[in-house]
Amino acid sequence: MVSASPPPLLEMRGISKQYPGVKALDDVGLTLERGEVLALMGENGAGKSTLMKVLAGAVRPDAGAIFLDGTEQQVTSPVDARGCGIAVIHQEFNLVPALSVRENIFLGLEQTTAGFVRRGDERRRAEELLRRIGVAVHPETPCRRLTVAQQQAVEIAKALAVDARIIVMDEPTATLTPQEVEKLFAVIADLTQQGIGVIYVSHRLDEIEEIADRVQVLRDGQVVAVRAADQLPRRELIELMVGRSLEEEFPSRRQSVGEPRLVVRGLCRGDKVRNVSFEVRRGEIVALAGLVGAGRTEVVRLIFGADQAEAGHVALDGQVLSIRSPRDAIRAGICLLTEDRKHQGLILSQSVLHNFALPNAAHFVAAGRGFTGWGFTGWIDQQRERDAFAGYATSMRIRANAAAHPAGTLSGGNQQKVVLAKWLESNSEVLIFDEPTRGIDVGAKVEIYGLMNELAEQGKAIVMVSSELPEVLGMADRILVMHEGRITGEIADPAAATQADILSLAIR
Amino acid sequence: MNADTPAALMPRLRHMGATVLADHGMLLVLGLLCVFFSIVTLDEQTPVGGDAAGQLVRRLSQIGDEPKQLVIVAGRGSDEDAFVSALAEGAATAGWSVAGISQGGPRDARMSLEAFAATDRRVEVIALSASAGAWGVFDGLESRLPAFADATLLRPEPTRWPNFLKATNLLNVANQIAVIAIVAVGMTLVILTGGIDLSVGSLIALSSVTGAVCIRDVCGGQAAGTAGMVVGAAVGILICGLAGVLSGGVVTLFGIPPFIATLGMMLVASGSAYIIAEGQSINQVPDAFVWLGRGADLAGLPNAVVLMLVLYAAAHIVMSRTTFGRYVYAVGGNAEAARLSGVPVRRVMLAVYVLCGLLAGLGGIVMASQLKSGAPTYGQMYELYVIAAVVVGGTSLSGGEGRVLGTLVGALIIAVIQNGMNLTGVESYTQKVVLGLVILAAVLLDRLRSRRG
Repeated sequence: MVSASPPPLLEMRGISKQYPGVKALDDVGLTLERGEVLALMGENGAGKSTLMKVLAGAVRPDAGAIFLDGTEQQVTSPVDARGCGIAVIHQEFNLVPALSVRENIFLGLEQTTAGFVRRGDERRRAEELLRRIGVAVHPETPCRRLTVAQQQAVEIAKALAVDARIIVMDEPTATLTPQEVEKLFAVIADLTQQGIGVIYVSHRLDEIEEIADRVQVLRDGQVVAVRAADQLPRRELIELMVGRSLEEEFPSRRQSVGEPRLVVRGLCRGDKVRNVSFEVRRGEIVALAGLVGAGRTEVVRLIFGADQAEAGHVALDGQVLSIRSPRDAIRAGICLLTEDRKHQGLILSQSVLHNFALPNAAHFVAAGRGFTGWGFTGWIDQQRERDAFAGYATSMRIRANAAAHPAGTLSGGNQQKVVLAKWLESNSEVLIFDEPTRGIDVGAKVEIYGLMNELAEQGKAIVMVSSELPEVLGMADRILVMHEGRITGEIADPAAATQADILSLAIR
Repeated sequence: MNADTPAALMPRLRHMGATVLADHGMLLVLGLLCVFFSIVTLDEQTPVGGDAAGQLVRRLSQIGDEPKQLVIVAGRGSDEDAFVSALAEGAATAGWSVAGISQGGPRDARMSLEAFAATDRRVEVIALSASAGAWGVFDGLESRLPAFADATLLRPEPTRWPNFLKATNLLNVANQIAVIAIVAVGMTLVILTGGIDLSVGSLIALSSVTGAVCIRDVCGGQAAGTAGMVVGAAVGILICGLAGVLSGGVVTLFGIPPFIATLGMMLVASGSAYIIAEGQSINQVPDAFVWLGRGADLAGLPNAVVLMLVLYAAAHIVMSRTTFGRYVYAVGGNAEAARLSGVPVRRVMLAVYVLCGLLAGLGGIVMASQLKSGAPTYGQMYELYVIAAVVVGGTSLSGGEGRVLGTLVGALIIAVIQNGMNLTGVESYTQKVVLGLVILAAVLLDRLRSRRG
């Protein structure tokens, strides 16, 4: 067989993978040309990560083959993948925090003479690699001192150190600031110039428009579309991913903002939070915007009592609260949906029901059979617990039969709903959402937005921290922008504002 | 595509297999061990006492319906007394009349048989207890004493039954492990929170010593009454609870790793035990002190075993049905998420170390009662056996996963292996090697399970 054009850099053919009870991949193909950015899109569970694990040699497919430059390759282990020039940069980096940048870059490929590392050679090569991707870090800096963006750069340098020709990036911008994203895009453009093929996995539609040459959409383990990026309008892309047509991305809401409920005055903690004051009124959604590291998460942690404020106070409905722990805050009716659900929001190994009941023990203690002097004695009425959860499961459309399963088995969207259910059960009046839709796919995002609107309409006070500017503009009644621990500006009418308005306040 | 094709079925079967292995694997292992040791310790058992009498009564009734006469010959001792009275009663019910009973040594038996022969009465059966059956007196009896020419000699027949499965042995297994199992309840809680308590072995010694010293010096020594002994035991247990407060306090307030904090406490407690006991074993306790360790008041079950079972039942209910139980799992599963959900993490952690200390103290009292003394050498290496019981029982050392009843199974596995090896004559050095391998296998199983998850 003679082909006119050279074979593609990478071709995956007929990849299938069956897990117990679910077909993760069903005859999926993928091609990647030299110097191309292919965006791999799909909801959580669509099969993106399984496909990338097959490519990385971490998962062995039931059927299918991988061709590089037209020759079939056996990629059955991560070592094979590295040997073939395939590098995967995961969302959570594989760096050893205590080792230096240089040591991390050459981890497993140390350049040695008689067992001794040739540090000089390694340093020169590391410097060259870092220069190539335009990052100014010293090769001997320990990785734990690097910012997220710098760590990502080290991961890219690691990939280049093994002469990777295919680089997979999984949600590379999830924790980057807008400038860092710009810089990453420049690096990617540079990589493609050198003939490297990039597979880009992301939920952020804006980025796809900006960076991808082609888009491949997966749904339920099958390829539903492969198109040039400029021939795929945003709305159609979403519908392809979700498999149904969507209403508005940000559902509209009847606005009826009332009297101030949450009043924050003069909160301080080190140089992360400096004299922060604001208020949130009944039925209002207030967004805290700003760059990563501006102090937004730190502010809401102080309000929730997760950290101790050095000065300032918080009042709810005119009453000044004394909050010294999350326990106090919960009792006062304040809750926090953390940005990091996996490590802070849920106990993944335990059942959804137990997670739901955790802050609500007092609600489910059988009447007259517990005393709460120590705060943790009492018989649990398991039937009441199940009934209460079933109510939320129906009204929030949480996956059926979820209650008994470990929380870790749920999708991001369902997990977020479970966290929300647990806080609603504890009678929260102030709901603080930190990155409410991080890691949540498009379809579930709209549902979360709908729930937030509903809560606002019920008269709750809602604080939202978000790095996604479209989300901030689409959801908030008022936007407070933070910079270096201070509130540096307020946008009272988000409908009339643009992303640039927020950024100009956030950067200064 | 059909889901039932072999290719699709295999992973599901493997998944099911892994599930069964993970959830009930250790129970299965315990069962297999029991079967194994039952087979290798299968041996001839000569029944004694009531069992022997029952067997003979069955055989008597097969001899015929006509009322006949028998003579019972047995030795002395409680088993023999039981044999005689049960047989006499059973024979009477079966329609036999007892013509004579001889209890004593071979000489007594010969004399009573000769005396009986001198009378003109006839007997069909001479029933012998197991010990009497071994006497030479009855060899060639019919030629020496023609009066017994027609008499049948009935001896209890040996039956085949595993030494391991004898009721006395099984109770022994349970009694031997009671101390470790009791202490392991507390250790399970600590490990569920992701911690560890290395001090329990030393606390056993500390509790036994302080309890015994208290009884000796304060409560009247060997003349101490029940109240005095209870006070002594309570002092021993509470001292260990206090040690738990210290370990737990250091862990929760200063964030010292539990391994280090309790390692320190282990040395402190052990040293204190030696100081308090002045390096001696303390035996000035009343005889009644052994009630807890050696008594058996409930249906023949040793009191220590009953105490152990009650503690496990209570711990199981607490862990599955109370807020405290939930909080322990939550803290071990993810302490930060638990704190942000309003769980009083520090209080829960403090409580598990205190409970662990109290239970170690209780274990020390049980041990002192079993051995009728307190000594600073008690409980050496017990922390390792206790941790092994917890781990073999399926509790993950990283916390958050495991069950209290699993620990009971783990403790029983260790006990059964030790007992089985004793019965089969494996020497103690080899026993250590085997136990170590079992613990490694259990951790391997834990890995397999977490990979499934």
